[in-house]
Amino acid sequence: MQQIINFIIRYKNFLLYILLFMTALVFSVQSHSYHTSRFFNSANWISGNIYKMSNNITTYFNLDVENKRLLEENKRLRILLINQKTTDLLEIDTTAIRYTIVSAQVIKNSYANPKNYITINKGKKQNIGQDMGVITSNGILGIVENTSTHFATVQSILNTKSNINAKIKNTNYNGSLIWDTKAYNVAQLVDVPRLVPLRVGDTIVTGGMSSIFPENIPIGTIKKFELNTSKSSYTVDIALFNDMTNLKNVYVIDNLNRPEIRQLESKTADGQ
Amino acid sequence: MGNNSYFTNSIRFILLVLLQVLIFNKLNFFGYINPMVYILFLYWYPIKENRAMFISAGFLLGLTIDFLSDTMALHAASTVTIAYFRPIIMRFCFGANLEFQSFKLSNATKLQQITFLALLVIVHHVMFFSLEIFSFANLLLILKKILSIGASTLVLCLLLSSLFSTRKE
Repeated sequence: MQQIINFIIRYKNFLLYILLFMTALVFSVQSHSYHTSRFFNSANWISGNIYKMSNNITTYFNLDVENKRLLEENKRLRILLINQKTTDLLEIDTTAIRYTIVSAQVIKNSYANPKNYITINKGKKQNIGQDMGVITSNGILGIVENTSTHFATVQSILNTKSNINAKIKNTNYNGSLIWDTKAYNVAQLVDVPRLVPLRVGDTIVTGGMSSIFPENIPIGTIKKFELNTSKSSYTVDIALFNDMTNLKNVYVIDNLNRPEIRQLESKTADGQ
Repeated sequence: MGNNSYFTNSIRFILLVLLQVLIFNKLNFFGYINPMVYILFLYWYPIKENRAMFISAGFLLGLTIDFLSDTMALHAASTVTIAYFRPIIMRFCFGANLEFQSFKLSNATKLQQITFLALLVIVHHVMFFSLEIFSFANLLLILKKILSIGASTLVLCLLLSSLFSTRKE
């Protein structure tokens, strides 16, 4: 007994180091899996407010560009609205609404790590919850991962954990959008069957198989494609429409049917 | 270690965290280079330290950075490592000088100081990027990141430490 106590006293620093190191390692390894990274995220009160404060200052420098971008988007939506066949704008059928949208601002962005997260200034109070899609006026951005009362972290598409259903525009050829960490303006579309006719410059949009994003949200254009090592499917490099280094105004999409879809899917999975 | 030292270190802790998170994490030089200047905290920490206290402080520093930059607990793991190995690195750099009661970091030669800082940075970055990327298939990527980001960290830390060093009379 005496010897054990002596051992502990003699190596107490080493033991402390091992303990702390293991704690850190466990946190890191655990959060490699989806949905468990709730502890280490910048959606908490302190970091949210620090970033909000710094954001309040830096926003002013980009107001001009940001206004132009929003104006451009408004113009596009106006054109769509004016050219629509139904002239009666008051006729809104609430039973047909499948998605609601919350606007938010990016207060922290990163794109240099293998796992990038974006923090936005809306949270549970604005009904933002896990697994909602986030887009900008240019295209897809990511998926909400954690929320606090006033903030939320978004798993960017520039994240090795990200895996989003996508397809080639105007077809039903699906693939998965992933990121190989090499460049912040290029993502990869994998599992595209070999038979699919591809052309450089084709547009890639979100597919209809996910309950997170509506169909046909733009992602990017094909930059180059090659067969993978097993020669059975294509790996496609996609030049993203979004400039991931310059983000400000974003939209969070809530699919109102998602609880139903999820329930149905889990029931089906249980039955198997 | 007096009260004054606790106070200085706490202020240094807060300032370095803010500096790291609000400025250097957003630098993105060449698209991916973000120097980690908060290592200076461990470089400046008093030599005659309570070791357990120092290791815990290192862990806390890493954890704070992790909280603010969504990196899980990678900074904590690598910072606690250099906090533990700092006495060994110091013995390697300063040798017998370390035994003197009056030894201070500012008394050492410039070369010794740079070696000390460089070793801290290298150990930290090797730890950090191997854990972050976590695959030997990407060994080249790990090496590239360690070299480029390590060099930028070293340069910026040297600049900052010479900016805030106490003047030798």
